[in-house]
Amino acid sequence: MSSISKEKITLKINGTEQQLEVEVWTSLLDLLREQLHLTGTKKGCDHGQCGACTLLLDGKRINSCLTLAVMHDGSEITTIEGIANGDELHPVQQAFIEHDAFQCGYCTPGQICSTIGLINEGKAKTLDDIRDLMSGNVCRCGAYSNIVKVVQEALERSEQA
Amino acid sequence: MATDFIGKPKNRVDGRVKVTGKAQYTAEFHVPGLTHGVVISSAVAKGKISKIDTSKALALDGVLQVFTHENTPKQAWLDLSYKDMDAPPGSPFRPLQDNKIRFSMQPVALVVAETPELARYAAMLVEISYTEESFETKLIDNLDRNFAGKGWRAGYEPPKSRGDFKEAYEQAAVKLDVEYFHGAEHHNPMEMHASVVIYEEDGGLTIYDKTQGVKNSQHYVAMVFGISRSKIRVLSPFVGGAFGSALRPQYQLFLATLAALELKRPVKVELSRQQMFSFGHRPITIQRLMLGASADGTLTAIRHSAYSETSRFENYMENVVNWSGKMYKCENVEEVYKLVKLDMYTPLDMRAPGGATGVYALECAMDELAYALKMDPLQLRLKNYTDEDMSKGKPFSSKELLACYRQGAERFGWEKRNPEPRSMKEGHNYVGWGMATGIWDAMQVPARCQAVLSVDGKLKVSSATADIGTGTYTIMTQIAAETLGLPLENVEAKLGDSSMPFAFIEGGSTTAASVGTAVKYVCDKIAENLLKEAAKMENSPFCGADMEDVVFEDGTIRLKREPAVSVAITEIMRNRGLHSIKKKSTVVPNMLKQKSYARNTHSAVFAEVKVDEDLGTIKVTRVVSAVAGGRILNAKTAHSQILGGVVWGISMALEEDSFMDHNFGRFINHDLEKYHMAVNADINDIEVIFVKEEDKVVSPMGVKGLGEIGLVGVASAIGNAVYHATGRRVRNLPITPDKVM
Repeated sequence: MSSISKEKITLKINGTEQQLEVEVWTSLLDLLREQLHLTGTKKGCDHGQCGACTLLLDGKRINSCLTLAVMHDGSEITTIEGIANGDELHPVQQAFIEHDAFQCGYCTPGQICSTIGLINEGKAKTLDDIRDLMSGNVCRCGAYSNIVKVVQEALERSEQA
Repeated sequence: MATDFIGKPKNRVDGRVKVTGKAQYTAEFHVPGLTHGVVISSAVAKGKISKIDTSKALALDGVLQVFTHENTPKQAWLDLSYKDMDAPPGSPFRPLQDNKIRFSMQPVALVVAETPELARYAAMLVEISYTEESFETKLIDNLDRNFAGKGWRAGYEPPKSRGDFKEAYEQAAVKLDVEYFHGAEHHNPMEMHASVVIYEEDGGLTIYDKTQGVKNSQHYVAMVFGISRSKIRVLSPFVGGAFGSALRPQYQLFLATLAALELKRPVKVELSRQQMFSFGHRPITIQRLMLGASADGTLTAIRHSAYSETSRFENYMENVVNWSGKMYKCENVEEVYKLVKLDMYTPLDMRAPGGATGVYALECAMDELAYALKMDPLQLRLKNYTDEDMSKGKPFSSKELLACYRQGAERFGWEKRNPEPRSMKEGHNYVGWGMATGIWDAMQVPARCQAVLSVDGKLKVSSATADIGTGTYTIMTQIAAETLGLPLENVEAKLGDSSMPFAFIEGGSTTAASVGTAVKYVCDKIAENLLKEAAKMENSPFCGADMEDVVFEDGTIRLKREPAVSVAITEIMRNRGLHSIKKKSTVVPNMLKQKSYARNTHSAVFAEVKVDEDLGTIKVTRVVSAVAGGRILNAKTAHSQILGGVVWGISMALEEDSFMDHNFGRFINHDLEKYHMAVNADINDIEVIFVKEEDKVVSPMGVKGLGEIGLVGVASAIGNAVYHATGRRVRNLPITPDKVM
């Protein structure tokens, strides 16, 4: 193999701590998809322009294609594979199904993580806020109006809680 | 337990795997020892590779090979071997077979390495020199080289004129002569194109491919590489959108197969987003509409001509002008459709190919005519309504367009519209209301299906079709479950595997009507078999009963005249010692019945825009789309499909434009930052109405297909609304702020 240097890092991924040796040029997204085979996090552009690779890093939504894995030693990462509680879907996941908020499903993991991240941020108050703050996640199938319904519901749930 | 599912708003059966990240798309299939291929794209638009130096890349530990035209074995030499189900007439592009450059970003090398990072890095070290040649990529500068495309292409109808346009136009009381233009567009499904090719020990290939037709990819690999079809299995269980981009096998399939065969190792080739702009687009068209009408609004003359671009090596043809000959009652119609060869890759069918663009121009021109006549745009459509497709001289098998107009207009509040442009204002915004008609073909194609019912009452139905987000898995499940009276969870639909019974590429809104029918027929066969077996049971109340005498519901067969008499399907199978029942169906459209009719879906689209008076920014605040699309199989997924089509229409009207820099012959906005497509903030209220439409001709179940109709007409309704808001007629898509200011 080439002589690219490797670093040892520890990541807590979906609740499980993992010791990893990663090449310094590997993005967080490629680490997940190519090496850990956690392919729920999607690659749609590799340039931070589509949001398909959105996951939760220490509770915040980020584009995992825009960051190198070595930069996150000690971080806690939640991918779509870690959103449900065992067999029980997260309410946002269930709402995506009920509202048919996807078609091909490729942007969906990113949309779901982004929805949860958005609620965590606490910035969205109005319908226009939701539309604006969800605009980093492109859905080419055009399920936006249904996605908005899901986010509205999630927002209401979080306000009641 | 009720087992009537067809038409109900059922959740997608693949919903759970999609929201949990378990649905696996092509690039996500991993096998031990998987290698990674990165494509190098040509830096020039035309010329020859004069030198290619791969030594620095090959010197890296972990780089396995760099495939170029110099070391790639020659593949099949007949054009026919490269033809796929969606190929237009011509000579399909053959990757790495010579040193010629035919288009910008043509694949010129494949670097294969042990990791994706290394392959990407090594690709940067490959040095390529080109001898550049002059090229032509600008349609408008090359119109003098136009010609009429010839040859057969699936779905393509040559333009057809009737009557005497010239005379009628000259005589017309009111005339309109306008030119419309739209930029090129790219499909940009969220999932980038990829192929994973696994070289098996017996020399066979297992291929995961992003495709709208596994049989198409299988056929292509078999023909090009000279491998028996029986040794190639192509799988594509989930497709992350395609919209036409995966109708043809794209070059990553060729390259991954080549590398796997040569290296005898599994190879994955995933294109970059930039490379998603390198293999086919919705072609630019320059259209001219000449309309003539009498003072009362009766259309007397229509001429629709279009110039469109194609590659040097294939003649891509689509139905752009033909719609003008079928949508309205008019005796004198002239249709002209011409191609111009340019130094670019062959255009590629993109959602509602030809219809999205041809109807755009026609329906904006109709709006212009309405203004010229001082007539309400909707009234003009009603005035020229036809129940007959005059281009074919055949009645429509069904056409509930009047109901679309009525229900759409009512829902939208069209009657409150002040026709005067710039007459409606809200604060800083001019408000505009526009409408348009949509049309698409309702087609059924041959399809096969297999079903296996096992003794535990579980049913598997399979067909080598695709679900690109359209809901194929779900409607297959619903049809099968209802036909045999089984709960949904007892039915498993399988698709996207070339070892399954034949289905065509999923395109043109054909799948629900075609595969859906095959599912219905195969389940009917199983039902007949079950009834026959039920009749053989001891003291069977079903002895002598025909299919008409029974119903299949709630997991049982029940006598219609004596509903209390029923027997569970599982009981029949156990009693008769049947472990399973397996049947296959082959469904071919009833051509004899269908050929007497024109078969189409229709829609009426109403749009509201708000245009900022200072900035010229346009917001589509409301769309009502009323669709006559035959029988709806799933109210929920059908609704989503039309929603998506409307989003595409908004995106087409206001945002999408693949911008070619003619100095380089390259689409320069080739990423998702600079290629604008609708995001969440661009989409507001969209309302979808399905009007009731029964049709016994289009397909046995009355299904017409919904993939394209949601898009057709939307850009026109928006363009017309922008005119109504601002008084400015923009005849050039996308309608960006600079054009309305």
